[in-house]
Amino acid sequence: MDTIYLDNNATTQVAEEVFADMKPYFTEYYGNPSSMHTFGGQVGRKLTEARNRCASLIGCDPSEITFTSGGTESDNWAIRGILAATPNRRKIITSRVEHPAVLTMSRSMAPHGYNVVEIDVDENGRLDIDQLEKEVDEDTALVTIMWANNETGTIFPVEKIAETAHNSGAVFHTDAVQAVGKIPVDMAESKIDLLSVSGHKLHGPKGIGFLYVRKGVMLRPFIKGGHQESGRRAGTENTAGIIGLGKACQLAEQNIEKENTEVKRLRDKLEAGLLEKCPHAFVNGDSENRLPNTTSISFEYIEGEAILLMLDKYGICASSGSACTSGSLEPSHVLRAMGVPFTAAHGSIRFSLSIYNNENEIDKVIEVMPPVIKRLRELSPFGRRQK
Amino acid sequence: MWDYAEKVKEHFLNPRNVGEVENPDGVGEVGSLACGDALKLTFKLDDEGKIEDVKFQTFGCASAIASSSALTELIKGKTLEEAESITNRDIADFLGGLPDEKMHCSVMGKEALEAAIENYRTGETVTHEMEGDVVCTCFGITDHEIEEVVRDNNLETVEQVTNYCKAGGGCGGCTGEIEKIIQRVRGEKKESGEQKPKRPKNLTNIQKIQLIQEIINEQVRPSLKADGGDLDLIDVVGDDVIVAFRGMCANCKMAELTLTDVVQAKLREYVSEDINVYEKK
Ligand code: FES
Repeated sequence: MDTIYLDNNATTQVAEEVFADMKPYFTEYYGNPSSMHTFGGQVGRKLTEARNRCASLIGCDPSEITFTSGGTESDNWAIRGILAATPNRRKIITSRVEHPAVLTMSRSMAPHGYNVVEIDVDENGRLDIDQLEKEVDEDTALVTIMWANNETGTIFPVEKIAETAHNSGAVFHTDAVQAVGKIPVDMAESKIDLLSVSGHKLHGPKGIGFLYVRKGVMLRPFIKGGHQESGRRAGTENTAGIIGLGKACQLAEQNIEKENTEVKRLRDKLEAGLLEKCPHAFVNGDSENRLPNTTSISFEYIEGEAILLMLDKYGICASSGSACTSGSLEPSHVLRAMGVPFTAAHGSIRFSLSIYNNENEIDKVIEVMPPVIKRLRELSPFGRRQK
Repeated sequence: MWDYAEKVKEHFLNPRNVGEVENPDGVGEVGSLACGDALKLTFKLDDEGKIEDVKFQTFGCASAIASSSALTELIKGKTLEEAESITNRDIADFLGGLPDEKMHCSVMGKEALEAAIENYRTGETVTHEMEGDVVCTCFGITDHEIEEVVRDNNLETVEQVTNYCKAGGGCGGCTGEIEKIIQRVRGEKKESGEQKPKRPKNLTNIQKIQLIQEIINEQVRPSLKADGGDLDLIDVVGDDVIVAFRGMCANCKMAELTLTDVVQAKLREYVSEDINVYEKK
């Protein structure tokens, strides 16, 4: 049975070209780029090429990129680094639907005397801009709001948010882990100060990512030690990872058009097909400003894990925004913040596509899923009552 | 994704006894949409008062569905008294175990059964979760329910309580109260000396023989072996257990004492008070 992988917001397959680029740097060219000999030096040149490729994808200067271990480190660093650089400002503004890498880190600053404000979203997952504007003030050190939400795909108006932050002299960071590679991102035309990217979300390897830091933004280092990364992030470089990330960024730049035409078309087809064939189902998130690859659909009166396990039988991989998969008991904080009713929040499934998906796979899901939903509703006391 | 036992998956994919019994004698409903799982159980009794037909409907995850299916299989053909003695652990064991975080699914099965039996006896529709005072408002769990899972499953921590009945799994505001309940129940247990495992009720012949073998293997043989002896289970006839001594024990003068004071005592403690042990010479 072939796997139909529709969980690309969780992680992606490493592109073949990426792996091919990385491989020699494990076995043949394993030198330390900081070494004085030629053997290490050649690795250094390849790192420069990778950095250029990353910079090209987001339209920035290569010197504005610092490699990290991934999205979580980038997010953590941005928050800690800015707070440390602006000790007289004591307010952090974020949103209720951030990834835990931002939310947990921000909340952990509260006991240290920081005022952490989480902005609400509406039922479509859109940020409450009025509330944001009211909250940003002279005491605000940092506004950190994601570019696109990982569960619903809803895209936030980051440029406008950056402007609001700057009006009060605050720094703006965005967790762009889900956005980069899926929608065009151009830092040259942007007001964003800091931006986090993760390799494994765009067909690169896991354990590598970068933080974009606009020239002139004061940021304290997070990891201290040697002089790597111009002293901003110590530790011997994850060379193969960086090279893989560079290649992945290059491919993402080439494929961005395809993401927004072909991938989007397949996503729309899947969404329309499922909504048509499954009663009591609806899409979570903003219908207009949404990532081209993501759809979160709630199937009322049934539970997400049960759906996923049944899909698993057909080799279909998706993810659930409900409680039971994760071990926590409540539906995802994103759906809760959006006020998705309990009747539906427990049964929400996220499909996230990539350029490697094809029409046949989507047809198969549209064929397999409706009977699964029907079957589970037959088992459910609520499902029966709804008939 | 959870690492489920094969039997859990099997009962999830092919649940037994789905639906509603027509003109049921008892109906039990527990859980709610808000909690993320709910179970409706209906049963009918035959002329001898045994459960002739039982069906369920479940809203919930794979283990909730599998637990419901297991429950119906376990109680079919049993009298209500026999059915009542089934614990959530029996449901989990029947399925080859559940992940700790999913034990609340088996508890839900037991609660639905209790509610259905109560409905049969009193004619009242009991909303199980309303007995006692609500401790966890996030999930509507009462002190009675928490006491029961702590007692039945010998729980020690708030985290375990959350796994077994969800209480404490939301805002966390009730964890202090849960902690107190745990301490209270465990205190009672100590006082009443209820530290020993309870003797199981209503064992089938096969279950009884298995248990006897288990107790002999785990509680008797190791100490005999340490002294160069051993013991084999030869037969079980009703309450008479026949064993044979081996090795050093076979010729030991103290064998008779070992037989009554060790083997018989252990089996009476863990299996049944009526057991007599004899030696096959
Ligand atoms: S009251 Fe128990 S978890 Fe919120």
